[in-house]
Amino acid sequence: MNDSKPINQKAWWLILPVILCVAFSAVLPLMTVVNYSVPAKGWTSSAVLVVVALSLLIPWNVVGTIWQIYGRADIGLFGAALAKLGIEYSYTGSARDAWLTVLLMDVWHWTPLVALLCYAGLRAIPDAYYQAARIDGASKWAVFRFIQLPKLRGVLMIAVLLRFMDSFMIYTEPFVLTGGGPGNATTFLSQYLTQKAVGQFDLGPAAAFSLIYFLIILLLCFILYNWMQRVGTSQPTEVAS
Amino acid sequence: MNTGRFQKRTLFLIAYLLFAVLPIYWMVNMSFKTNDEIVSSFSFWPQHFTWANYKTIFTDPAWYSGYINSLIYVAINSVISIAVALPAAYAFSRYRFLGDKHVFFWLLTNRMTPPAVFLLPFFQLYTTLGLMDTHLAVALAHLVFNVPLAVWILEGFMSGVPREIDETAYIDGHTFPRFFLTIFLPLIKAGVGVAAFFCFMFSWVELLLARTLTSVNAKPIVATMTRTVSAAGMDWAVLAAAGVLTIVPGAIVIWFVRHYIARGFAMGRV
Repeated sequence: MNDSKPINQKAWWLILPVILCVAFSAVLPLMTVVNYSVPAKGWTSSAVLVVVALSLLIPWNVVGTIWQIYGRADIGLFGAALAKLGIEYSYTGSARDAWLTVLLMDVWHWTPLVALLCYAGLRAIPDAYYQAARIDGASKWAVFRFIQLPKLRGVLMIAVLLRFMDSFMIYTEPFVLTGGGPGNATTFLSQYLTQKAVGQFDLGPAAAFSLIYFLIILLLCFILYNWMQRVGTSQPTEVAS
Repeated sequence: MNTGRFQKRTLFLIAYLLFAVLPIYWMVNMSFKTNDEIVSSFSFWPQHFTWANYKTIFTDPAWYSGYINSLIYVAINSVISIAVALPAAYAFSRYRFLGDKHVFFWLLTNRMTPPAVFLLPFFQLYTTLGLMDTHLAVALAHLVFNVPLAVWILEGFMSGVPREIDETAYIDGHTFPRFFLTIFLPLIKAGVGVAAFFCFMFSWVELLLARTLTSVNAKPIVATMTRTVSAAGMDWAVLAAAGVLTIVPGAIVIWFVRHYIARGFAMGRV
C-alpha cells in the first residue's frame, strides 16, 4: 500500500461511512414504523425488544467471524441463499460484494441501536399528546410531524451522531471479515491508519493522518449537531436560550 | 385499526426480525456442530448434534473466568457511568451557563476518538498507579466513552420532562435531593434503563482497551475469544459457542430494563 493510489480509491474510505449514515437515516423512519407495530405491552413487546437487541451484544470480533461463515456460498445461509437465487456472490472474490457485505453487516449490527433509542423515545411521549391530537382530528402524518418528531429530536440526534462517529471508526468487523480485501476494497480509514502506524511504522504520517481523521469527524459532527439544534429551536414551543 | 393495515405492519415486523435473527441463528447452529461439519457441509441444523463446545467453555477456567471478569468490570463501569452522568445531564438539561452547548458537544469528542488513541496514556498511567490487570482499570478506562454517551442519552430524556414539574415541586416545598430522587428520577426511568443498557453493552463488546489493560487476573471474554483465532487453524465451533454465551448476560440485562424502556411516562404524578 502506498500513497500513489488513484484518488477515487481513497474516496471510497470517505464515502462508505457517509453512505452508511444515509442508509441509517433511511432506516430511521422505517424503524419508527417498526416501533409502531411493536405492541406497547405484554410479552410480545418484551420478546421483540430482546430479540432486536441481540445483535448489539455480540462482541465485534465475533460479528465478523459469524458473517465470515454466514456469507459463504458453500456453508453459510446468506451466501447459499443468494446462490440458490442465482446471484453470483463472493465476498472474498469481488470488491463490490465484499463492500456490500460490510455494509449489510453494519446495518444488521447497528440498526437495533437506533431502534431501541427510538422505541424508548416514543414510549416517553405522554398519552395526553395523542389524545389532544385525536380531539383535533390530526392525521397520522401530522401526529408524526408535530408530536413524535419534535419529541424524538434529542434521541434521534444521539442516534445519528453515534452512528456517524462509529461508522467512521469502523475497524474490527471488516478487519475480521475481509482483512481489508480483496485488494483495498474494504480497507477503511481506521484500518489504513493502523496499517500505516503499526504495520509500516510510518509514525509521523500516521500521526498526521489520525489528526486529520479526527478533525474530519469533529467538523462533520459539529455541523450536524448545530444543524439539528437549529431545527429544534425553530419549533415555536422551544424558546431559544 | 383495520385488519389489512395490521397485517402489513406485522409482516414488516416479522421480516425485520428474520433479518435480525438469522445470523444469530447461524451462530447457534454452528455452536452445536463439530468443526469438521461447519467447514465441510451446509445444513440448516446440526447433523451430529454435540454439546462438546459448551463443555469446553464451562470446564476450562481460561474460558469461564473470562465471563466473570467481564461481568465484574462491566458492572462497575455501568454503575459509575450512571452515577456520574445523572447530575451532569440534569445540569445540561435545566441550567444555562456560559458555553453550555459547547461543553455538551465537546463531551462527545471523547466518544469520537478511536479507543486506540487512549491506549498509550492509559497504559502508562495505570502502570504508574499499579492498576494494571485489575477490573477497576478496565472499568475506569471504559468511562471515557460511556460517560459522554450516558450524559447524552439522559439529557435527551430529561429535556422531555416539562420544566413545570420542577417548579411545581419547589412550590410544594420539596428540597432538591428529595425532588430529584422521588419525583424526577421515576419520570426518567426509561432513560436510566436505556443508558444503563448502552453502558453495559459498549463496555461488554469493547476489545482493544480491555485486552491491552489486562493480562491474567482480569482477562475479559472478548480477549479470550481472540485466542482461538490464533490457535491451530480456526476453532469455529468453540468460538460460536462462546459467542452465544456472550449474548446471554446482555439479554438478561435488557430483560430487566425492558419495562423501563417500554413503560410510558407517568404524567399527573405531581
